[in-house]
Amino acid sequence: MKQKALKCFLMLALTASAQAETVFVTLEKDNALAVVDPIEGKLIKTVPIGQRPRGIFVSPDNKFLYIATSDENTIKIIDATTFKELGKLPSGKDPETFALNPAGDRLYVSNEDDSLVTVIDVAKKKVLKQIKVGVEPEGITVSPDNKWLISVSETTNMVHWINTKTNTIEANTLVDPRPRAASFTADSQQLWVTSEMAGTLMILDSQTKQIIKTIGFEVQGVTRDKIQPVGVVIDKERNRAYVALGPANRVAVVNAKTFEVEKVLLVGQRVWNLAFSPDQKRLYTTNGTSNDISLIDLDTQTVTKSVGVGTYPWGVAVKP
Amino acid sequence: MRLATVPYSIPAIILLLTQCVNLGFIQAAPKQTINIAYLTQEQAIPAALSNLDPFIKDKGVIGAELGIDDDNTTGEFTGQQFNLKKFIVPLDGNVVDTFTKEISPHFQFVVVNLPAQPLNQLADLPAAKPLLLFDVGTRDDALRNEECRRNVLHILPSRAMRADALAQYMMKKRWTQWFLVVGPNPEDRLYAEAIKRAAKRFGMKIVAEKAWEHTYDARRTVQSDVAVFTQTEDPYDVLVVADEQGQFGEYLDYRTWIPRPVMGTQGLIATPWHKTHEQWGAVQIQHRFLEKAGRWMEEEDYGAYLAVRAVGEAATRTQSHESRSLKDYLFSDAFALNGYTGTPLSFRSWDNQLRQPVLLAAPRSLVAVAPIDGFLHPKTELDTLGYDQPESHCHWDK
Repeated sequence: MKQKALKCFLMLALTASAQAETVFVTLEKDNALAVVDPIEGKLIKTVPIGQRPRGIFVSPDNKFLYIATSDENTIKIIDATTFKELGKLPSGKDPETFALNPAGDRLYVSNEDDSLVTVIDVAKKKVLKQIKVGVEPEGITVSPDNKWLISVSETTNMVHWINTKTNTIEANTLVDPRPRAASFTADSQQLWVTSEMAGTLMILDSQTKQIIKTIGFEVQGVTRDKIQPVGVVIDKERNRAYVALGPANRVAVVNAKTFEVEKVLLVGQRVWNLAFSPDQKRLYTTNGTSNDISLIDLDTQTVTKSVGVGTYPWGVAVKP
Repeated sequence: MRLATVPYSIPAIILLLTQCVNLGFIQAAPKQTINIAYLTQEQAIPAALSNLDPFIKDKGVIGAELGIDDDNTTGEFTGQQFNLKKFIVPLDGNVVDTFTKEISPHFQFVVVNLPAQPLNQLADLPAAKPLLLFDVGTRDDALRNEECRRNVLHILPSRAMRADALAQYMMKKRWTQWFLVVGPNPEDRLYAEAIKRAAKRFGMKIVAEKAWEHTYDARRTVQSDVAVFTQTEDPYDVLVVADEQGQFGEYLDYRTWIPRPVMGTQGLIATPWHKTHEQWGAVQIQHRFLEKAGRWMEEEDYGAYLAVRAVGEAATRTQSHESRSLKDYLFSDAFALNGYTGTPLSFRSWDNQLRQPVLLAAPRSLVAVAPIDGFLHPKTELDTLGYDQPESHCHWDK
């Protein structure tokens, strides 16, 4: 009887969440994917997904999830509803971060150990090219206009500007030490890059490829060493950007027009990656060492809830 | 704000690099070349405690090679070429001769993997004055205090930094009563001094201190020796061992009179690098090193890697190969070296010590990373480890 009631409840919960957006979180140490209903603020379920899952994307048609299972040296194609494995992409060794182009037919992977970016034809599941970049490529992104593929190398401290038509590097920008993540503004005019070691956020102009602004962060009661910016996202209107500050356990709110830091929000420990809700009214953060995600309401700029998901939450992606 | 956009032209760079090689790397090439020497001396193979860990002959040098690889990958994009020349002096050779004849006339940056005495002997040579020597072999506190030299930069953490790291952890655990066991070698006494300093600094109490005078052979009477040896009048929380060569420290664990953990040079150790360390991108460099060397990275390798990377980082940022401008950069606020330990590394201006976290590691698990949370400092928590500016006895006479 009890079991039946529980089943009923779960069914209801699932139906309810089918209307709302779904948040997917990769759990690096649990080898699993957490499925979260962010409106209810509940963990719906945890699905085994493969060894050491990290980077995650939802396909543009919302049908598939791409998940890098690093210790299996592959990127898996997963059905976004049933979570069945549909196929594998030849990602090269130890894939961590990757990017999809806007059309969703090209996938670009950072191969940290080999200083390479692997270009994959998604439909054919084939490697088109491997591009030699700096030491330990990490952050990777494609401009919304599909002109530039950006690869950021952590140890070479460089942003590589790769032409997506030719798959060759056209320019390099030397940036602050140990650059981590890179994100374009929706108009592709600016590239925002975080530096973990210098504790800065740099804004690069896509035309000149030069840094037009460097922003530092201050958090009361936290020393400079602990302020290690990682993930960065910018809203569509370019009003505000949000930066995960790593072991400072904060997300910084940056005015994307004046470049002023407006606020810092306390989230979980070692906040890592960020994702907007589809309507950009909410922001979701993975908190690496407190094993939860924080839900942030962007209208009020407050953290509304944290949801325990599992060990070492790494990547986050949202399906409408 | 530092920036440089570099037009990408691999064929041109390759052409230039080929020309550099043809000219011989000491001659100035049209593109900037930065030459780094690596100097060490062969060591007599020490008596082995057991056959578990083979003697590693090339500690340090492979780290330097990996550093050069990384410098050059960056150099491909910035038009700089880094060369490493290795000088391995034989057991009966003369380090000073090699230095004055082959190194000082041609190199401005020298990675030195030698003990304290020959290191300072080199540093005091007139020919060494304008050079930068990166010490990747010593942990002596004297070299960072009374015996400091302006032209020597110390990469590995000093004994004081290591002892402070252990003390912070023990304070957190409230293991405040220590029993100190000291080995017979001069290095063991220096380590013990650092432990005593740390105990005082963090309000710990050394309730007993004994010198180890027993056998160094596990097959003989260790079982009874240790049990008797570790009986003390006052109770203690932790046994702290000072045995840098590893002659007896490994025998203590599980054999003490009362059940107590062992730390210091064995048991829980304080080290800049360890094979159990995986966070902050460490897994990547562990992989890359393992692939290159066929063995784990030792702390001398880590030190040599950091030294070569520090030169590379300074050269890339300043677009220079002059020791003066590189040194200025190394000591500027802008310098932030990635050591894969979660915090940017930089040099302490008062004693040329690289400020860095210290790992506390058990043989197969990383226990903690110092500075331990809660130990605060007005400037950087890293300076809670070792000799802080007001405590320093380094006065740069030389």
